[in-house]
Amino acid sequence: MSVEEKKIDVYSGAVLDRKKKIRIQRGSPETGIEMVEYDVEYDHTEVVLDIVHRVQAEFAPDLAVRWNCKAGKCGSCSAEINGMPKLMCMTKMIDYDDVDVLEIRPMRTFPVIKDLVTDVSWNFEVNKRIKPFKPPEGLKELTMQQKHVDRVQEYRKCIECFLCQNTCHVLRTHQKTNEFAGPRFMIRLASLEMHPMDTEENRLKEIKDDFGVMMCNITRCCTEVCPEEINITDNGIIPLKERVIGEFYDPLAKAISWVKKLL
Amino acid sequence: MGYNVDEELKKVQKKEYDVLIIGAGGAGLRAAIAAAEAGVNVGIVTKSLLGKAHTVMAEGGAAAALGNVDSRDNWKVHFRDTMKGGKYHNNWKMVEIFAKQAPDRIRELELYGAVFDRTEEGKIKQRNFGGHKFPRLAHVGDRTGLEMIRTLQDKAIHYPTLHVEMETTITKLFVENGEVKGAFGYNRQTGNLIVYSAKSVIIATGGFGKVFRVTSNSWELTGDGESLAYREGVELTDMEFIQFHPTGMVYPNSVKGTLVTEGVRGEGGILKNINGERFMFRYIPEMFKDDYAETEEEAERWFKGDPNARRPPELLTRDVVAKAIRAEVKAGRGSPHGGAFLDIASRRTPEEIKRVLPSMYHQFLKLAKLDITKEPMEVGPTAHYAMGGIRVDGETQETNIKGIFAAGEVSAGLHGANRLGGNSLTDLIVFGKIAGDYAAKRAKDASLKSISDEEIKEAIDFTLKPFDDSNNEDPYQLHAELKELMEEYVGIVRTEEGLKTAIEKLKDMLKRADKLKAVGDTRKYNSSWHQALDIKNMITVALIIATAALQRKESRGAHTREDFPETDESLTNVLYVISKGDDGFPKVSEATYPPMPEELKQAMKEAEEA
Repeated sequence: MSVEEKKIDVYSGAVLDRKKKIRIQRGSPETGIEMVEYDVEYDHTEVVLDIVHRVQAEFAPDLAVRWNCKAGKCGSCSAEINGMPKLMCMTKMIDYDDVDVLEIRPMRTFPVIKDLVTDVSWNFEVNKRIKPFKPPEGLKELTMQQKHVDRVQEYRKCIECFLCQNTCHVLRTHQKTNEFAGPRFMIRLASLEMHPMDTEENRLKEIKDDFGVMMCNITRCCTEVCPEEINITDNGIIPLKERVIGEFYDPLAKAISWVKKLL
Repeated sequence: MGYNVDEELKKVQKKEYDVLIIGAGGAGLRAAIAAAEAGVNVGIVTKSLLGKAHTVMAEGGAAAALGNVDSRDNWKVHFRDTMKGGKYHNNWKMVEIFAKQAPDRIRELELYGAVFDRTEEGKIKQRNFGGHKFPRLAHVGDRTGLEMIRTLQDKAIHYPTLHVEMETTITKLFVENGEVKGAFGYNRQTGNLIVYSAKSVIIATGGFGKVFRVTSNSWELTGDGESLAYREGVELTDMEFIQFHPTGMVYPNSVKGTLVTEGVRGEGGILKNINGERFMFRYIPEMFKDDYAETEEEAERWFKGDPNARRPPELLTRDVVAKAIRAEVKAGRGSPHGGAFLDIASRRTPEEIKRVLPSMYHQFLKLAKLDITKEPMEVGPTAHYAMGGIRVDGETQETNIKGIFAAGEVSAGLHGANRLGGNSLTDLIVFGKIAGDYAAKRAKDASLKSISDEEIKEAIDFTLKPFDDSNNEDPYQLHAELKELMEEYVGIVRTEEGLKTAIEKLKDMLKRADKLKAVGDTRKYNSSWHQALDIKNMITVALIIATAALQRKESRGAHTREDFPETDESLTNVLYVISKGDDGFPKVSEATYPPMPEELKQAMKEAEEA
């Protein structure tokens, strides 16, 4: 195409050089849920979220979608794209050049509110149950070595997109939301348990009893979908399990840990 | 879909708080913590889910003169750097409070659970940034904003008297006899309408980058706080000062405007034009001549740690760097997609780059298929930050309307004509806390005032107007027009003629905004409704920006007039205060700050010699 013939999207300035069938899940439990098809033109450099925005601008202004930063930093636009849990803002359209139809559905583990928006409030309730960081009393400034906070910083990269929660089969298939806090909160608990200056007692007991760390059977699906590439299972959940086993199930390990603490 | 105001009045939910906070970014959350600590009942409403606010996107760090990396740093140097960066147009009282309290606020974050990068001694590490004389930015790689918001969020949720209302938008404030008494809004998930009675209201809604097409801002930054306040008689100021960050992504189109952290330059990155020339040496303004290296050789010595060498010109303030890139592009020396090359690949090892700039590495690899450890990035100016906003008292953050406070980007004064990178995150926690403290103090003495049915009905009508069946304006179309107009006439360089054209068109758009149409058969998570209300705010703010920009007949900091290219020293201390005129359009009056006291002048002098 010559420059004159290029079709430009007024809303974003995109050069619309491709076209694809997009099926988006619409509706709510009250009104019924259906897949609605749209023929969408797009710029090959765009991401899936751009296409959802174009559907809003051209076909369905009331389409519900959650998004904020469009830069992979806020974790709002989680969805299932052709069956894979992803952030819509970090998924390039060019990756779907070979498929005829793109299907976008909301995260399946959480109740649908409307269209692509789900009710993720359960996650916020779980977080409230986690006791906050407790620094040593009387300190005004914390001194910590980088090597001692490296892994805590890895856990703290989490953007709370809840894709791991959505993918975890303990939650997704077995709906054990009362017994298991899910990978996101295992990581949060690990960031507290392994914080060099945290003085809160009984964290391990809560991690075992209240948050159900032993429910995880290490399929690593959460790690696979994490857009921040946090090594959730190997660097977070497994070390927590080891600590729980050491503390509650292995008398020798417990004795060693006591000696270590004394030293 | 239509609506019946009387029917809606029967269904409206009613809530009461001592302190109502609008916005749950860094400033709103820090204010909420302060108010809850003071023992009052706090409600904090956010348009998004908790922890998703624009604060999350801040990358480079939070400035505070901790002196952990260079012990020569102290509050006086931070004070001087901030005033100088703001072209001496700042509210010096706010800058003083800010520079003095910043270190405590930062250290306190670690007691809440934040984990910054460490120095060899195990203290909070600090990095270099534009306009800061010493390494001053506490940071976590390039995701400092995420660390801050998550820390504040996890702290805030444990106060029993603090209530978070997610996905709730405020559409109106209730004010009577110059005093606030509440607010009106709707829940996005249900579409239900809510009346809030409150003794104090803190506006912490951030800025309005979404009025521009090329912006680093998230969807939320639609100027809600500025317009809510303006409509009820709150004064705004410095609205002409909008920071264009020099380094936004310029390619691919889909992510044009997305931020590339100043941390890239802080970590040694350099800017080059298409000829491979390190052009910033040609753009050092007179006022900064003493602080910046004149030659590449000197800049290299600084990079290698020579304490006697001066800083490289890539670390000039953002206004200067943005204009330099624009000038290079205009002169035909831009990069292929109309920007400049930002090179870190030739400066640091791939391992170092991935460690100190992990999210930049990730962002370019994913979105532009570019490996920044091997190739230079292409960058150009992007609308980033509003220096102006709600006019506040420097010591209490209260506005001209009693009981309305403002903190963070939505407030004006701290940053003057141009903000230094890293000062924004610290602004949130310093002034968030102060706003929370004073809002709680007021709430303890004040009582809740009744809000009449008539007032509520007016708010219902305003909020549901987009569902009026006779409306016909498409919100997405109007937003597209607004963004084009702002890019063309009210962008990085302005003229009288362009601004006048913009004002006429914006006045017309404001009328059209009354006819914005929401579609669909439910109010539940209806994007067209949200968009219609947001756009009305954006157009209101855009008109205010253009009005203020027309008034300021000089170039200073982030405000550049092609027809008045020089800085007019007589206007340094002149503020253009905007309020709503009798005709419904913005009116301008002038104000000044009181003269700076001798002790602060002395502090500046000491800092010069530091």
